[in-house]
Amino acid sequence: MRPDVPIRRAVPHDVPGGDPHEHLGGGWARRGGPLRVGIGGPVGSGKTALVAALCRTLGGELELAVVTNDIYTTEDADFLRRNAVLPDERIVAVQTGCCPHTAIRDDITANLDAVDDLVERLPPLDLVLLESGGDNLTASFSNGLVDVQLFVVDVAGGDKVPRKGGPGVTGADLLVINKIDLAPLVGADLRVMSDDARRVRGDRPVAMISLREDPSAAVVADWVRDRLRRPAPAV
Amino acid sequence: MVLMLPAVASVLALADQRLPSGGHVHSGGVEQAVTDGVVRDVATLEAFLARRLRTAGLVAAGIAAAACARAEAPPELARLDAAADARTPSPAQRAASRAQGRGLLRLAATAWPHVAWSALGARPHHAVVLGCAAHAADAAPAGAALVAAYLAVSGPATAAQRLLALDPLAVAAATLRLGDDVERVAAEAVALIGDHDLPDDSDPLLDLLAERHASREERLFAS
Repeated sequence: MRPDVPIRRAVPHDVPGGDPHEHLGGGWARRGGPLRVGIGGPVGSGKTALVAALCRTLGGELELAVVTNDIYTTEDADFLRRNAVLPDERIVAVQTGCCPHTAIRDDITANLDAVDDLVERLPPLDLVLLESGGDNLTASFSNGLVDVQLFVVDVAGGDKVPRKGGPGVTGADLLVINKIDLAPLVGADLRVMSDDARRVRGDRPVAMISLREDPSAAVVADWVRDRLRRPAPAV
Repeated sequence: MVLMLPAVASVLALADQRLPSGGHVHSGGVEQAVTDGVVRDVATLEAFLARRLRTAGLVAAGIAAAACARAEAPPELARLDAAADARTPSPAQRAASRAQGRGLLRLAATAWPHVAWSALGARPHHAVVLGCAAHAADAAPAGAALVAAYLAVSGPATAAQRLLALDPLAVAAATLRLGDDVERVAAEAVALIGDHDLPDDSDPLLDLLAERHASREERLFAS
């Protein structure tokens, strides 16, 4: 039996003063659908834990769903189900034919099908999180699949990762450096990581987080909320 | 029989495995064939591909060629879609074909927006969409048949290469060796539909592999 998960139902509601009220996600949707956020990064950097944190933090205020691109099995989807961060029907795993980076960038059909099915089944969705399989530093999401993407690396993976760059580190809309609580234990220099990240990313934001210390991933959740409030780009 | 191929560049594009229509997540039974020891190396892969081409490949080529010839007659296309169902006893294979049809439909609607694709429904069989896409590209039924026959070989070949880490040069050579067979199958499909017939060969091995695959817990490919 799955514990109850608070999910806000989108019901029509009036606002005092008759002010036209906009659904949080309603201003978005270049395709007339939810904001699609890609979450990529190497194996073990904490992508699934971050997705779980975002579901817990945002699940009460947004209609959201998750698509996972596991390398093998439905491990990530099962993790989310076990942790009951979302009702089962809001989590979909796609098979990627041994190639998660192909499924999020070169041929996004399986993921588009999954998103279309969710949109059809669970209207009105505000937000779909698409998690990539832990692949490599060159994996990034196609603009045809996601509206924005964040890339998760971790301190234990080595403090040289930001310097090495790659499309995920340099091009993601938000770079998340996770597990900063481990820095002293693995001899990683957070300053080096932060400086390197800013050097290769220019003005693009970097979030230094520890999901152990802040299981709500407040900084990342705020970034997602901010993205939802922005008007949709012209089609 | 010589295949006449107008719009040959479009035919090549439709046969390109990098065509973003979702084919790369389907193995055409190869993932289960590898698990069950039917495909173990390049030699067993080549035998599997030749067999798949003669059966599922021929049926797909016939449906694709017929759909290309009748692309402007929606009732005929609905009949072809039902004919594809009737020729695909495995529910898992029918689902895989319709999933790939859905993906190709999305691509076709982007490539040829003026065509009334909605007449095909949301999830037509892949071979039906392929025939209609070939028609939209001004290709002939022979072109549609050739693409269907080639894809019956090339997709599973790549899946096996990934699953068994086979030498890609050896796999490509095997695919090239099957080239004559691919053309023969396409020509046979075109000749059949010229006689208002459709191929109806089936392969219990492929049906069983597809059903076993659909029931397993862990898999890398959707089919």
